[in-house]
Amino acid sequence: MTYLVIPLVKIVVILLVLILGAAYLTFFERKILAYIQIRLGPNRVGPKGWLQAIADALKLFVKEDLTPARSEKFVFLLAPVLIIVPALLVFAVIPFGPSDIWRLTDINVALLFVLGVSSVGIYGIILGGWSSNNKYSLMGGLRSAAQLISYEVPMGFAVVTVVVMAGSLSLVRIVEVQRELGVWFFLPGIVALFVYFVCGVAETNRNPFDLPEAESELVGGFHTEYSGMKWAFFFLGEYANMIVISAMATVLFFGGWLPPFPNLLAPLWALPAVAWVPPPFWFLLKVAAFIFLYMWFRGTFPRYRFDQLMRLGWKVLLPVSLANLMVVALGVLILGGRS
Amino acid sequence: MAEEDKGAARASAPAGAPAGDPAAAPKAPWEDKPVTPVPHDAGAHPAVAELEAAVPGAVAEAVEMAGQVTVVVPLNRLLAACQALKEQLGYGFLVDLTVVDWPGREAGRFDVVYWLHRHRDESRLRVKVRVAEGQEVPSVTPVWKVANWMEREAFDMFGLYFGGHPNLERILTWEGFSGHPLRKDFPLEGIDTGAAIYPDVFPPGGGPVAGGGEE
Amino acid sequence: MERTHLKAFADAEEMEISFGPQHPSTHGVLRLMVKVDGERILDVKPIIGYLHRGTEKLFERETYNGCIPHTDRMDYTAAVTNNQGLVGAVERLMGITIPPRAAYLRMILAELQRLASHLVWLATHALDIGAQTPYFYCFEERDKILDLFEEYCGARLTTNCMRVGGMPFDLTPGWTDRCRAFIEQFPAKVSDWERLLTKNRIWRERTVGVGVISAADAIEWGLTGPPLRGSGVRWDIRKVFPYDRYDEVEFDVPIGTNGDTYDRYLVRMEEMRQSVRIIRQCLERLPDGPVMAKVPKIIKPPKGEVYFSVEAPKGELGYYLVSEGGDTPYRLHVRPACFINLQALPEMVRGQLVADLVAVIGTLDIVLGEIDR
Repeated sequence: MTYLVIPLVKIVVILLVLILGAAYLTFFERKILAYIQIRLGPNRVGPKGWLQAIADALKLFVKEDLTPARSEKFVFLLAPVLIIVPALLVFAVIPFGPSDIWRLTDINVALLFVLGVSSVGIYGIILGGWSSNNKYSLMGGLRSAAQLISYEVPMGFAVVTVVVMAGSLSLVRIVEVQRELGVWFFLPGIVALFVYFVCGVAETNRNPFDLPEAESELVGGFHTEYSGMKWAFFFLGEYANMIVISAMATVLFFGGWLPPFPNLLAPLWALPAVAWVPPPFWFLLKVAAFIFLYMWFRGTFPRYRFDQLMRLGWKVLLPVSLANLMVVALGVLILGGRS
Repeated sequence: MAEEDKGAARASAPAGAPAGDPAAAPKAPWEDKPVTPVPHDAGAHPAVAELEAAVPGAVAEAVEMAGQVTVVVPLNRLLAACQALKEQLGYGFLVDLTVVDWPGREAGRFDVVYWLHRHRDESRLRVKVRVAEGQEVPSVTPVWKVANWMEREAFDMFGLYFGGHPNLERILTWEGFSGHPLRKDFPLEGIDTGAAIYPDVFPPGGGPVAGGGEE
Repeated sequence: MERTHLKAFADAEEMEISFGPQHPSTHGVLRLMVKVDGERILDVKPIIGYLHRGTEKLFERETYNGCIPHTDRMDYTAAVTNNQGLVGAVERLMGITIPPRAAYLRMILAELQRLASHLVWLATHALDIGAQTPYFYCFEERDKILDLFEEYCGARLTTNCMRVGGMPFDLTPGWTDRCRAFIEQFPAKVSDWERLLTKNRIWRERTVGVGVISAADAIEWGLTGPPLRGSGVRWDIRKVFPYDRYDEVEFDVPIGTNGDTYDRYLVRMEEMRQSVRIIRQCLERLPDGPVMAKVPKIIKPPKGEVYFSVEAPKGELGYYLVSEGGDTPYRLHVRPACFINLQALPEMVRGQLVADLVAVIGTLDIVLGEIDR
């Protein structure tokens, strides 16, 4: 019974929190952008606009769901599903805290699982762009395909850097190693972190890499023809992916659920005043910081052009991540690495 | 610095003027009657002389008004004159091209007006040809590329044909529109375009109707 | 458009995209038939006229002062300079000299309008290239300018703020102080935006070498205004044929060197600073006196023709006025800057990427109201 009920409860909680969180991310994003852009942002629905996200969700639920007459109907329906499912599936292995209660499962190849599953989402974008039978959607889909493929590679190398340092593919183990070593991997892996996050931004199609949905060029990009809940799935998928990328960055480079300076300030964290703080608090705090970075980017940067994006991916990030991997591997070898 | 002083002096002068005795002081130009410019013959103007020297017979008439020189060129000399104006005389910039409609004029119904600029001495010259209805005007697109859309607009608005134009289509009104709106005989309130263009779709006298009468 | 150059691509996989008239970055109702090979543009054919209202036909019915509101609706982001061109043409034909106070007022308003127009340009141009934030910064400043307009003439956008012979009203008390306060804080804002964009790597990569047009080509295609100056031609109607009292103020005409989108961006940014300089000088020298010359009740220019142009924010805006001596123009033709600048678009984007098309439309700073009239 416990094998069935407890995981089910956890799944429901994670899904609810995630979907609600993604919905509220849109609200926070609008607020943060608004403050960057000297305006107020949503402030009409509910107190200080706090119900805006709910109102948006309701609106999307009741909105007419249009399917273009000449689209590939089944694929058109499949595409949003392909986006949202992998984005949510990844959370099965994300460890929010040290003990079993804080995570759904811990598999020993969790990192591979994350990389593998999240790559499936790209099919949703390509198929959505293609099945809409719209030239803008098609171009958005193609751009996205090229972009994702180009950025998977350096991202993979950046992640491998961490694996070399930690000697494990298990996300829990990676955090544990950071605790044992007393140093978070962002210090030795600062280059890897940079490469990882840039690629992460590119993979989630966010500024300055938001070419697949470049509004000023391709209208809506791959989701031009989508409306109602199907469109909401794309949107939800994008925000869920942002959370995934941020959560992974936290796990891989910033010590997951560990509080700041876990060893140095260990006496402080043992104080009763702070000891009650559950580990997921630190985890979510770090994730929130990364997500804020995403929004900050959006408020600051113009958009790359397609060829420049490719050049950045293949000619800058790939060599940098490769060289970094070698340097880190050499360092681990010399310093008596773990195996 | 000196120039600034001069400017300041000019600017402050009028402020002092009304304070003096209005009868004694000469009136400022803005308090007096306007000095209406009068057109006068400009045959001796250097720009006109240059053109006549470059293309003999190109100048049929030359008038100067408000400091602007107008040269009327016979239609058959237009292209030669334009080429000479650009290549020999340096009028590299066609500022404007337009048409004026004079219904019932004996010398031809339309004036096609070219307004040229020369960067060398920053001077401008207006070239005019008189064209009768139905007469073809040689296109100046080979001379100035910018004339392309200007001639399309002239064609659209006045129905003048520009021979040798690479793409003489309507530009501001839609293809299939009948009539040329800037002609003086085109009614200001417009025409019933629905019935005029698609008589089989729209009943005579009626505009577009819902459904388009497809059944 | 000539199609010969396309033969080389005959075996390529071509696709034709209808870009507009409802598209987020065509700045109105411009429609472009874009022929692309993948993302590379083979040819562009602009289709215009969706906003055609027959303004030139309407002019022929209106009295001269009645024409002025129609000009507001041409380049609706720069109504003041449109007014200025029209009244200038009529005054030139009638030989009217306007009082110096009116001339200075016109210059102040026109330069404020240039700022407002350039702000709209910067806002939309940056937005097209994907930078959202400058949009709001620019519109904040633009609103302050529109407040000044509103205080002067009651309208923010379609100002209708000039009359043949001068200005309809004198300034409201304290207007000059508010104007001065505005221009004193403005240059710092320009520097702020430049910090966001000018040295931004992405911005530079998106604009340097994009939409290049040489000086010779720019003249050949009749470009005027910032697109011409961006190509390195130091040519400005305010300097070449000074109107109002532009010969009495000091300002520089900034030029670019490469004729690309980045240079045009720099030119316009510098133009904003120069406009502030002009306004500052005008406010210092603003003379007292009447704002309206002695003109007859019914404006009847003599028989004749005149062409008068002003340096509008978008380029040379000219009015060709033919009068038969009546109280309405016989023919009043507009030389629209945007219409002619847009013509060079296919030339500038051929062979570049779809993303560049958006950047070049932005850099040409077109307003469809003026193109279609």
